[in-house]
Amino acid sequence: MLENIRLSFQGIWSHKMRSFLTMLGIIIGIASIISIVSTIKGTNEQIKNNLIGSGNNTVDVVLSGQWELDIYSAADIPPGIPEVSEETRQEILDLDSVENVTCYNERRTSDGVFYQNTSLSEVAVRGIDTSYFETAGYVIKTGRNFIDSDYENFRKVLILDQTAADTLFQNENPIGKTIEIKEMPFTVVGVVDKAMNFEPTINSITDYYTYHQNQSAGYLYMPRASWPIVYAYDEPENVIVKAVSTDDMEDAGQKTADILNKTISEQQTDYKYKADNLLEQAQKLQDLSAATNNQLIWIASISLLVGGIGVMNIMLVSVTERTSEIGLKKAIGARKSIILGQFLTEAAVLTSIGGLIGVAAGIGMAQAINKVSGVAVSISIPAAVIAVVFSMLIGIVFGLLPSIQAANLDPIEALRRE
Amino acid sequence: MILKLEHIYKDYIQGKMTVPVLKDVCLNVEKGEYVAIMGPSGSGKSTLMNIVGCLDRPTSGSYELSGRDIQSLNEKQLAEVRLHSIGFVFQNFQLLPRMTALDNVALPLVYSGVRKKTRREQAKAALTRVGLEDRVMFKPTQLSGGQKQRVAIARAMVNRPDILLADEPTGALDSKSSKQVMELFQKLNDEGVTVIMITHDSGIAHHAKRIVTIFDGELSEQEGTVSE
Repeated sequence: MLENIRLSFQGIWSHKMRSFLTMLGIIIGIASIISIVSTIKGTNEQIKNNLIGSGNNTVDVVLSGQWELDIYSAADIPPGIPEVSEETRQEILDLDSVENVTCYNERRTSDGVFYQNTSLSEVAVRGIDTSYFETAGYVIKTGRNFIDSDYENFRKVLILDQTAADTLFQNENPIGKTIEIKEMPFTVVGVVDKAMNFEPTINSITDYYTYHQNQSAGYLYMPRASWPIVYAYDEPENVIVKAVSTDDMEDAGQKTADILNKTISEQQTDYKYKADNLLEQAQKLQDLSAATNNQLIWIASISLLVGGIGVMNIMLVSVTERTSEIGLKKAIGARKSIILGQFLTEAAVLTSIGGLIGVAAGIGMAQAINKVSGVAVSISIPAAVIAVVFSMLIGIVFGLLPSIQAANLDPIEALRRE
Repeated sequence: MILKLEHIYKDYIQGKMTVPVLKDVCLNVEKGEYVAIMGPSGSGKSTLMNIVGCLDRPTSGSYELSGRDIQSLNEKQLAEVRLHSIGFVFQNFQLLPRMTALDNVALPLVYSGVRKKTRREQAKAALTRVGLEDRVMFKPTQLSGGQKQRVAIARAMVNRPDILLADEPTGALDSKSSKQVMELFQKLNDEGVTVIMITHDSGIAHHAKRIVTIFDGELSEQEGTVSE
């Protein structure tokens, strides 16, 4: 077998040009498949990252109304929904799939938020606890975080997210500025930003809505202790859970929603806690892109078929050329299976080399696509291995007919020919 | 008795005609004999050589090689017989051009499943036996005709076959090389190798101890050459 492989390399090397042209079909086929697969994988990972937020694994569990309207724009609080108690919070934290949990109050499209004389109706205000930033994946960019004394003393302090800071202050330093909320002066002490930044790629209107539903003009965060000063007491809260892993996100979100829904009184049927299932959304988008790309793979496979036929053709030529060699080998005692094995090995080695070159070319192509068009690519090692094995199989399948022909040559006839 | 052909007939079918090529051929060869089969072209000597070499089967008759009934063997077993019991030498050497002399000689050992190291040793020994120990790594294109034929003889001998079967071994050689090859055959025969040589050249045939002639598919012993 090793001897056969060595001889095959020798044979291929002695016909460099011909071997290369024969391989070309396989090379092109494998290269296109590898580059397509890399693009699919890259796009999928990007979709997942964009939606899930760079692997932060947080799930929003939000109180949603029957009509999906922004419930907190109205002043009235839906009855029968209690604050999240310490026991409930602990129960959520005890879930296997949950790593961390944080609760917050929220007002969207808040009226009565002013900076100097400008009304800021587009910003959302959140009252947060101490674990919020860590759980939701934010880091302090400038200024400081809330400290225990902020909570203890009900300080009227604010932290802005980057979007809010950019909208409100453009070139000014926001730290120390005063923002009025319902006529109460709040002092900005810090600016936060996502721990891991990401740039969503917007390819369709669906992507646009997916990424922009959460992006208002930004968020203002205040200590939850200060919330009742401007808003109401005993207000229901939303929850953010951080799952242990990306795969646990669905489970964590679902179970948290279930626990929270148990606390809602039975009379209240209009509102329920619902977990955002970003993973599912990501899956849907991935399926969509995979469906189109699978068709591309089929088209690329045609080139592999053509390549295989090329291999068969050149192997038939090779058998004819080497008739006397085959005759001699049979005369000195080579069994049919030896001749068969020799030609099959040669075909398999030829296409395997083609496959290897094809994988290399495919990776190169994928990188080029990435450079030129900015489409995300990710090289799949299993796909590369499968591609090489598959090209070897092509060699064996298409080399079979010529090899059988060689094995069945009549040695007398074969030796007579020169 | 190493080789025993009895009442061998071989017919070829050409269209609707049946052409008899060998007619009632009987030939016995003892171990250690040196036999030349001589005949003009078209006499059927190549067909006879193919049958003796287990490349072809007779239409009827029986063939025993080293006590083995060749008629009853299947294709795979025939390949085994060719590998272990017969050493072929061809008119046009039939060396594989891309391989060195050593690799050419070692080829039958590859088919016998001999390990690489042993293979190289035995092939080297065989090349030494034909006087080419200094041409081991040469490729056929770097060798003269006589040297090529000696490589081919080394290849034929490397598996220690029962008979050495040579088909016009000097047909493509000049007289000097022919003489060398004949001397080599003589030397091998002196060492106990059974040699069967097919030729149309009576000058060459006379190197053998025994000459049988074939004409029109019929074999006849030439007087005075029987060594028994």
